[in-house]
Amino acid sequence: MESLVNLMHGFGVLADPMNIVYMFVGITLGVLIGVLPGLGGANGVAILLPLTFSMSPTSAIIMLSCIYWGALFGGAITSVLFNIPGEPWSVATTFDGHPMAQQGRAGEALTAAFTSSFLGAFVAVVLITFLAPLIAKFALKFGPAEFFAVQLLTFCSFVGMGKESPFKVLTAMMLGFALAAVGLDTVTGQLRMTFGSVELLRGFDFLIAVIGLFGIGEILLTMEEGLAFKGKSAKINSKVVLETWKQLPRYWATAVRGAIVGCWMGITPGGATPASFMSYGLAKRFSKNGAKFGTGEMEGVVAPETAAHAAGTSALLPMLTLGIPGSPTAAVLLGGLLIWGLQPGPLLFVEQKEFVWGLIASMYLGNVVGLIVVLTTVPLFASILRIPFSIIAPIIIVICAVGAYTVHNAFMDIAVMLVFGVLGYIFKKLSYPLAPLVLALVLGDMAESSFRQAMLLSQGDLSIFWSNPLVGTIVTLALTMLFWPVISLAITRLRPRQATKPAVSLK
Amino acid sequence: MTALESLKSSAKAAAITCLSFTAIATTTLTSSAALAWEPTKSVEFIVPAGTGGGADQMARMIQGIIQKNNLMKQPVVVINKSGGAGAEGFLDVSGSNRNPHKIIITLSNLFTTPMATGVPFSWKDMTPVAMLALDNFILWVNSESAYKSPKEFVDAAKTGGANSFKMGGTGSKQEDQIVTAAIEQTTGTTFTYIPYKGGGDVAAQLVGNHITASVNNPIEAVAQWRAGALRPLCVFDSQRIQLKEPIAEGKSWNDVPTCKESGLDVEYTMLRGIFMSPGVTADQTKFYVELFQKVRETDDWKDFMAKGAFNTTFKAGDEYKTWLAQAETTHRSLMEKAGFLAK
Amino acid sequence: MISKKSSHRKSDEDAVATHHTMEIAVALMFAAVAVVVMVDSNRVGNGWASDGPEAGYFPFYVGVIMFISSGVILLTNILSKTPNTSTFVERGQFTLVLKVLIPTIVFVGLIWVLGIYLAAAIFIAFFMAWLGKYPIKTILPIAILIPLALFMMFEIWFLVPLPKGPIETMLGY
Repeated sequence: MESLVNLMHGFGVLADPMNIVYMFVGITLGVLIGVLPGLGGANGVAILLPLTFSMSPTSAIIMLSCIYWGALFGGAITSVLFNIPGEPWSVATTFDGHPMAQQGRAGEALTAAFTSSFLGAFVAVVLITFLAPLIAKFALKFGPAEFFAVQLLTFCSFVGMGKESPFKVLTAMMLGFALAAVGLDTVTGQLRMTFGSVELLRGFDFLIAVIGLFGIGEILLTMEEGLAFKGKSAKINSKVVLETWKQLPRYWATAVRGAIVGCWMGITPGGATPASFMSYGLAKRFSKNGAKFGTGEMEGVVAPETAAHAAGTSALLPMLTLGIPGSPTAAVLLGGLLIWGLQPGPLLFVEQKEFVWGLIASMYLGNVVGLIVVLTTVPLFASILRIPFSIIAPIIIVICAVGAYTVHNAFMDIAVMLVFGVLGYIFKKLSYPLAPLVLALVLGDMAESSFRQAMLLSQGDLSIFWSNPLVGTIVTLALTMLFWPVISLAITRLRPRQATKPAVSLK
Repeated sequence: MTALESLKSSAKAAAITCLSFTAIATTTLTSSAALAWEPTKSVEFIVPAGTGGGADQMARMIQGIIQKNNLMKQPVVVINKSGGAGAEGFLDVSGSNRNPHKIIITLSNLFTTPMATGVPFSWKDMTPVAMLALDNFILWVNSESAYKSPKEFVDAAKTGGANSFKMGGTGSKQEDQIVTAAIEQTTGTTFTYIPYKGGGDVAAQLVGNHITASVNNPIEAVAQWRAGALRPLCVFDSQRIQLKEPIAEGKSWNDVPTCKESGLDVEYTMLRGIFMSPGVTADQTKFYVELFQKVRETDDWKDFMAKGAFNTTFKAGDEYKTWLAQAETTHRSLMEKAGFLAK
Repeated sequence: MISKKSSHRKSDEDAVATHHTMEIAVALMFAAVAVVVMVDSNRVGNGWASDGPEAGYFPFYVGVIMFISSGVILLTNILSKTPNTSTFVERGQFTLVLKVLIPTIVFVGLIWVLGIYLAAAIFIAFFMAWLGKYPIKTILPIAILIPLALFMMFEIWFLVPLPKGPIETMLGY
């Protein structure tokens, strides 16, 4: 196997002790960046990019990609502990991770999140090692119509029948779409819903909405309940990691599905955030415990985390082989490659063997190192919940404010975050669902522009969405997902004989 | 002392401190004016575009060069303000009067954004510092396609009928669409223009045959050229690129003809220039002009320019202003003819 | 946010607003947002041009759907014979929420004036003293160290400028 020989060579590159040091520095910085909402992997890498100038390209990319791995791991921490997604892709982790923390199972939730992140990344790296050229060709098949189909699939697999009133789901979702449309329309270059205001030019960022709706909203709710984070004090147990690991093999199917969804979304490139939502939605739909999702199911943590990390990792593949960034962080890394004088593209794997295989080897090692680093911190992070509310609450609010500001360096965003916080509180009490709102906010823009690009290509002909087997399959799959509740009902009805074994798992 | 009295006296004390501060500030200013001006705190380097794009890359490159070679005592801090096609960044600079610690790097949106969106700003609201380079545009097609020259390409587009050819580009009513519009205006053909998010996406879409052609910057498509997936037809500059090192198939950048010499009379380059806040002193501007001259002399910068096949013209002062005024007129007339001006 | 305050007995269990009122208020808010969205989408063009939808096409229908669905919520609540008059928030709870919300609003205002570091120090100190009743020797280290740590991390280490006020300017930042 040529790949294996190359990989061994890559590990040889890593043997340089300085590279190992850079790896640890990168992971630690990354976790820190991941914990701080707002300061995302992309910002983190961009900020540190100039510092890597005096290093060799291989060392530089090892450190920067380790920052990225660290950020992928770190995003889960605040999601679980405080319901504040440290990174966009950990929004779905809050759905079950935070309820687990509220039940005193923060340690378990964090262990599950980190371990499944690692698994997702591992699958993606193996994929990159052995199938890189093949996958690169596959990614080229994706035009605007295919992108739209993937976004539609994400949407359809997440939006299902919840407990909430369908009108409230619809209203919340539409609010998300409307907010996503504010600002510059990328297709025509027109300004929409800015009303001459400079502050509205930048639109409503997903992260700011999420920090407000989830983070600040949660603090207000906690305060109202007089809970004051009391009774949440987790049993801090050094064995929590091992105990959680014993439970994890049960969720192998969810993990495998998450990894597949993640790799698919990273390569196409749909991105880590949609991947995490899609994986969560699918797990909810197809798991035996689906109905209990949202109440602190470990499976609900495993699903988004495997997918997010698999997507985040495999997003580097189209960047290296084609020069298309699969994620904002990959875009910054791409800039880095150009600055160091490397040309990402089909020839990178041929001409810069040492660099490419050093990077791939560092993905293996970086994720192992990352897992060790974050797992050792689990008891530490879990014990944060023991800090009294009146100390931790103002600190959380300050960190949220910093996070909201750093997204666009705009003061107004802090105020916007606060408004979202109040809205989050009211919506939660009136059971308007928040998940469709944030999903619409994150996907709305992308889906609309790919739809319109596709329409420009086809001169307004909708049949472009069934114009080739690839796009046709994805669109059909998406529609199947959307009408799944109806379909599954029909299937059960059509098989009256098997009524003794009702298809519980399909609900 | 009553509370009121103490309040008064502390207010007085504050006023005095304030005064003395101003005094100190004035003295430092006058004394340092004899020497050259230098930044006294970190310099904000605004990028009116998102992270990862061409302008962002260049800004972070400059930040790294300044840091590595110790060209400035204070650090440079890169800030992205991409809202409203960069309007947010430009408004930030034009709105911060006499702030010598804020500079901005431009792309074509310096001219196009106010014209296309109606957001009120202009290069005249800022202090021009220097032109660092001009970014080139090249007409690319997929190497599987039959077009070997711009003429063949344009003829095929004409015979194919209106909108039959699909031109991909970055953003809407910005540089790529303006070049496309200019081609349409000189040749009388029409293209379907598809706006994408970034140059890398456009190049990959062209490789995947989802579009017919693109006007990517050299750096965005060179890797695909070397891999034999894309073919450059011509460069939209007034002269050929002066780089003779072979890139692909034994051809160098210098072997790519200009569009004008191959019968497609369109010229366009994009400004990579630096501006400052309005109302800054000549001394302050001078500092930055000299700083960027030092940056240009470093090997890292020269290497970057060669990799990206930039046009390395440098301009400052009045020469730069004249260029800007002319570029604005060109943009206005191109955009007016294409119907891109905000209503 | 909530205007209906019951004027009679001031007990902690009193409702500040009922679910019914809040449902109607929020549905109205959504309807209003929907109208704004529709009007502006109409301005940029909400048609289907020869080459696909115009800039306002999707937002317009988003507005329409939002208007209809919020309208349904509004009507079902108004016409409901058994309105959900259960308490949305009790007075005692509402006071607790305001105890966090108002200082936070003030904090955001202070960021504007004093910069984020000083505002954070004041906010943390105030919160700990007022709600936590901590002694000054517990408050001071936390209220000083947290903003200081943020300052080191952002301004010096990561070179990410956060909002700064006159004090930082005086110190040369």
